Amino acid sequence: MAGRTFAEKALARAAGVPDARAGDILDVTPDLMLSHDNSAAISQIFRETGAAQVVYPERIAITLDHAVPAPTTRHAQNHAEIREWVRQQGIAHLFEVGRGICHQVIAEEGLILPGETVLGADSHTTHAGWLGAFGAGVGRTEMAALWATGQLWMRVPDAIRITLSGRLARGVTAKDVALHILAALGPTAALYRSVEFAGDGLAGLSLDERPVLPNMMAEAGAKNAYLPPDDAVFAYLEPRRTRDYTPLYPDPDAEYVADYRFDLDSLAPQVALPEQPDHVRPVTDVIGQPVQQAFIGTCTNGRLDDLRAAAQILRGQRVRCRLIVIPASAEVMLAAAREGILDTLISAGAAIGTPGCGPCMGNHMGIPAPGEVTISTGSRNFRGRMGTPDAPVYLASPYVVAASAIWGTITDPREVLA
Amino acid sequence: MKLEGKVWKYGDNIDTDVIIPARYLVTTDPQTLAAHCMEDIDQAFASQVQPGDIIVGGRNFGCGSSREHAPISIKGAGVSCIIAESFARIFFRNAINIGLPILESPEAARDAQKGDTLTVDLVAGTITNQRTGKTYQASPYPPFVLGIINAGGLVPYTRRELGIDITG
Repeated sequence: MAGRTFAEKALARAAGVPDARAGDILDVTPDLMLSHDNSAAISQIFRETGAAQVVYPERIAITLDHAVPAPTTRHAQNHAEIREWVRQQGIAHLFEVGRGICHQVIAEEGLILPGETVLGADSHTTHAGWLGAFGAGVGRTEMAALWATGQLWMRVPDAIRITLSGRLARGVTAKDVALHILAALGPTAALYRSVEFAGDGLAGLSLDERPVLPNMMAEAGAKNAYLPPDDAVFAYLEPRRTRDYTPLYPDPDAEYVADYRFDLDSLAPQVALPEQPDHVRPVTDVIGQPVQQAFIGTCTNGRLDDLRAAAQILRGQRVRCRLIVIPASAEVMLAAAREGILDTLISAGAAIGTPGCGPCMGNHMGIPAPGEVTISTGSRNFRGRMGTPDAPVYLASPYVVAASAIWGTITDPREVLA
Repeated sequence: MKLEGKVWKYGDNIDTDVIIPARYLVTTDPQTLAAHCMEDIDQAFASQVQPGDIIVGGRNFGCGSSREHAPISIKGAGVSCIIAESFARIFFRNAINIGLPILESPEAARDAQKGDTLTVDLVAGTITNQRTGKTYQASPYPPFVLGIINAGGLVPYTRRELGIDITG
């Protein structure tokens, strides 16, 4: 009998069946059902199902993160509706304005653990794979059905394996690795598939860097992505978890439909050009491109190591273009304040925002004017993504974005670090 | 169920940020969303689309954000069906769940040109291009998905699962 992939094992566990193979369709009961500012809209669809009560209030997490603090009366009413819904239904986990971005917060709160499954009404739910969990995005109607029945059908995906070896050079991060992988895979190589990482290159990535990989595999079409959890992950979760867990690992003879290998030693900083995340070049190809705005934040790159990288570049400097910094969570912001990172960033001219998604999808807190160019640590640069169709977005690591903010042109951070 | 409509042709990797930009996500009203559908890549679409028209995309149609507004805006514009070489997975699920027919057929998608008239038989899964006379067989829906389509979408399907519509 051939071995099983992580996805096969995780979905068999979530469906309560002894075994599953790619292609099987299972009724899955997730350990966590995640949504955000879209929860009021989900509750309206829930009412249409005729159900009165959510079946698993203790498995539902709602994080207000997409437009926080509310930029308009309409957004405020939406938040008010969500709070009322949470109260009525006795939903166990509501995270208020300023707590942070949903994918970051559920990790910090120990709400999703290795081997578990989270379904989220957000396409970046693949993020949870950094803990060795199965995370997949679903639609609002599906989340309403999940609240009502506790179950959703899932097709067990085929899997691809990405093996990383070696160690990154100074000023090069997991973001550069993710962009490099996207360039090699293109936007569809992982479509409907589980992306399972392996190799000794993973151990050299800090815990703050690791989520970038599964987060950005959404841009290759992935259903979920997975990093094998190690002792560093277990130690991170130990003070946070409220239940036991059993990590899952793919069998050595698991069947993968494709195998990719990347060496980290020689990788240079990468930049995604407008208007696709896989439209990637080494930073050296785009040096000098003027930018009017730099943005450091998002679920992809708003963690403490990201802010540390920015502070390392910006210490004693003064930015020549707008720099917006939005920590991914209150926990990150507090740690950054205690380390003096916020001091460094503000002194360099950064504007610091309330933890949340910020301008990533064009809601507020840094919408570019038509014709302005933004360089962002986010994950998406599709046309109009940041709110204006004619405002191109480049994607890069916090090192590259911070270095570019100093000059107002795209800059190789290795020159600043040297 | 048979559909007929004129083709609006788009390329590969049409993402949900261009199908409906986030600046319009303050509503879920299909008509309001439809007024801005595709406007960042095709200004003519929202004003000229006719009820029953068919969108034809390339590979990975609907990639990016999971926003259900994307298929809602397309359905609200009166589009009867989307045919593409392939779909992003969340978009595929969302379209089925809100009752917007969606078919994968690489050949039909590649051959169709803007303004062609297509006839689609959803039960048989066939697509006929009236300009060329060619008929294509789309990938069949998985049985589970067919159940949701037959119920009229995931909400009525869930009502039935919960035993709320006994006669459903």
